[in-house]
Amino acid sequence: MGYYIDIFVRAIFVENMILAYFLGMCSFLALSKKVDTAFGLGMAVVFVLGITCPLNNIIYTTLLKDSTLVEGVDLSFLNFLCFIAVIASTVQLVEMLLDRFFPPLYNSLGIFLPLITVNCSILGGSLFMVERDYTLGESTAYGLGSGMGFFLAIIALAGIRTKLRYSNIPPGLRGLGITFILTGLMALGFQCFSSVSLQVP
Amino acid sequence: MPALTSIVTDPLSDNNPITVQMLGICSALAVTAQLNTAVTMSVAVIAVLVCSNSIISLLRNKIPPKIRMIVQMVVIASLVIIVDQVLKAYAFEVSKSMSVFVGLIITNCIVMGRAEAFAMSNPPKEAALDGLGNGLGYSAVLLIVGFLRELLGAGTVFGLQVLPESYPGNGLMVIAPGAFVIIGLLIWMQRTITKKFEEA
Repeated sequence: MGYYIDIFVRAIFVENMILAYFLGMCSFLALSKKVDTAFGLGMAVVFVLGITCPLNNIIYTTLLKDSTLVEGVDLSFLNFLCFIAVIASTVQLVEMLLDRFFPPLYNSLGIFLPLITVNCSILGGSLFMVERDYTLGESTAYGLGSGMGFFLAIIALAGIRTKLRYSNIPPGLRGLGITFILTGLMALGFQCFSSVSLQVP
Repeated sequence: MPALTSIVTDPLSDNNPITVQMLGICSALAVTAQLNTAVTMSVAVIAVLVCSNSIISLLRNKIPPKIRMIVQMVVIASLVIIVDQVLKAYAFEVSKSMSVFVGLIITNCIVMGRAEAFAMSNPPKEAALDGLGNGLGYSAVLLIVGFLRELLGAGTVFGLQVLPESYPGNGLMVIAPGAFVIIGLLIWMQRTITKKFEEA
């Protein structure tokens, strides 16, 4: 159990999707102007990453891995195509399920769900999972953890940007420029977590 | 219809995909710790962009509007698989050090964004040129950031020692925060020169 918690915590703080691997930057920058929207997007990312990561793990280990489907046939080069299809259909499914059973949540996530298909952090999560040979349990912990990491980072940035509205920034730096520098400073702060490990040696 | 040359030259600075359109930032930062990977990534993205733009433009009248996203996704994903296999075959070391970021060209917003914004409504020749222009604009930023990070971080350019041996190397440039700050400053510089400011 401690092992899974360790993966979860590492995915949030040490291997943070945005601040350490730069994944999901586009939506991170575009939708961090207000805390409300940041919250919606963050929730959606946690949700989808938590589902797609284990799902892709199952597909990878049962269908695509070397010699699992047909002896001697390595289908792992198809992983990009499969993963993106799984992600797109999961997002669609989740959207329909939420609309039917949890209308308040659906309304609050709103337009963010479909956008998530092209969010790099979702596909990145699945690809990292393959690269590190995670098992099903590990990839669930990893998916949820990296989703939480994204959530945390985007909320923090949105908070800072809201405060920033009243400060006098040089004109050329306004908007995108200052946001990048802010993210840099946040990443610097997160560096101090880099040796965190919950695993008992 | 814009002139053919301006389709190529516009995205280099005035309408740069990274600093102005805010597309494709994800992979731009991750592969720029060394110039080597930055160059490989640029070439890969240009190849994918030109091909995907032309293919989608050729298919644009055949794609039913409702499923156009999926069709675009499949075209892009197949092209990226080809690029990935080629890299693995001919430049294994580099492809190893780029790890998942080759695969992430699929979700690189530039490819999807240009397919949606330009290739769907323009003939193949223009679309291919647009892909080339945006790819070059992307590469320009990648190369500048890669050059600065490798030079300041390790004192080398393409792995060759440029600064004197006594240069200690600035570790901050190699890790993530350095990349964010450099690109922030780059945007500041570009906006100050072009005088295009954003209200924030």
